[in-house]
Amino acid sequence: MAWDRNQMAERAAQELEDGMYVNLGIGIPTLVANYVGDKDITLQSENGMLGMGPFPYEGDEDPDLINAGKQTITELARTSYFDSATSFGMIRGGKIAAAILGAMEVAENGDLANWMIPGKLVKGMGGAMDLVAGVGRVIVVMDHTNKHGDSKVLKECTLPLTGKGVVDRIITNLGVLDVADGGLKIVELAEGVSEEELRSSTEATIVG
Amino acid sequence: MKKVYANAAEALDGLLHDGMLIAAGGFGLCGIPELLLQAIKDAGTKDLTFASNNAGVDDFGIGILLQTKQVKKMISSYVGENAEFMRQYLSGELELEFNPQGTLAERMRAGGCGIPGFYTKTGVGTVIAEGKEHKDFNGETYILEEGIFADLSIVKAWKADDTGNLIFRKTARNFNPPAAMCGKICVAEVEEIVPRGALDPDQIHLPGIYVHRIIQGEHEKRIEQRTTRKREEA
Repeated sequence: MAWDRNQMAERAAQELEDGMYVNLGIGIPTLVANYVGDKDITLQSENGMLGMGPFPYEGDEDPDLINAGKQTITELARTSYFDSATSFGMIRGGKIAAAILGAMEVAENGDLANWMIPGKLVKGMGGAMDLVAGVGRVIVVMDHTNKHGDSKVLKECTLPLTGKGVVDRIITNLGVLDVADGGLKIVELAEGVSEEELRSSTEATIVG
Repeated sequence: MKKVYANAAEALDGLLHDGMLIAAGGFGLCGIPELLLQAIKDAGTKDLTFASNNAGVDDFGIGILLQTKQVKKMISSYVGENAEFMRQYLSGELELEFNPQGTLAERMRAGGCGIPGFYTKTGVGTVIAEGKEHKDFNGETYILEEGIFADLSIVKAWKADDTGNLIFRKTARNFNPPAAMCGKICVAEVEEIVPRGALDPDQIHLPGIYVHRIIQGEHEKRIEQRTTRKREEA
């Protein structure tokens, strides 16, 4: 037993506090919005919007209203719009409290790789490098291992980096780990996952 | 001061030359200057470098200029969704300079503000930082990025008055203001040109000082990823 995608998203939502401005990445991080409950959270879309609403009803799509994944979305009563330079100004300036993102690899020193695989089609980093360098807290949500069963939680990243020493917390299907001095610290185990199981799936040094 | 032109071809008359650097607004297919891109295609201008967050799709946006091989180089943050782009890039016909999205936006804004370079944390310790000046401020390392000074800016807005004051709509604003600012000349296409005085001066997003030529036209405004939710039954 381990957490599924929705349980990982639900666990990640616990990281968010009332009043936070937050940027959610594509994939499992997008699901986090479903679990914020009564907390007053404002979602940023880095193409130039604070206060991102849900997908529109069929027929209500507006080509002038999309999120950073280029999907049609809606606005809320609190929404504001701004240009890309202002948007990344608030990211670079540390005004966004947290970013929750997916990853290909994370290392024990907080290095993050999530934008390119050498030899494969390179699409670009988009806003990922700006986000991880600028926001207050970087939380990675990903599967603990890849489809070959190899650990994605490593001593050192093998892929080109998105950011160096930028990750604060890692939430995987097996549990929650924090980047700490000398390695990763186990914060929590997923339901039905033993510490031994988490350790054996982790290449990175675990310090406690 | 005559800024209003009849159509995209007339608005670009005398501004295009082979090998030029063009800054274009838009994010994905949202808020792109689709009429001006079509007119550049029709003009046949070659060896273009585009500073633009994305490269459109195969048959829309900058993609139409890739099909005719008018683009030499792209300065972008993300170029997925475009098969012809990938083909030309992998075969070496097209140069590509990846910029982190916020760095690209700030390079444009800086260029428009007379700032030749700025330091940022974005990309430190990654391939983006290779060959760039590093400097420490208060114990943190930053890299030097340069402002973009474009020969021409092409942008899309919602409304303009005849003096070039622009208002954008929702997330179609995106890269348009910084792209408009960084060009020697800026041409804007809008959905509606309104009489002078019809725009509230307090609500102008981009003052007309940055905008030299304006056209009004019909926009397709294509949606790239149509996502919806079901209406709950009453």
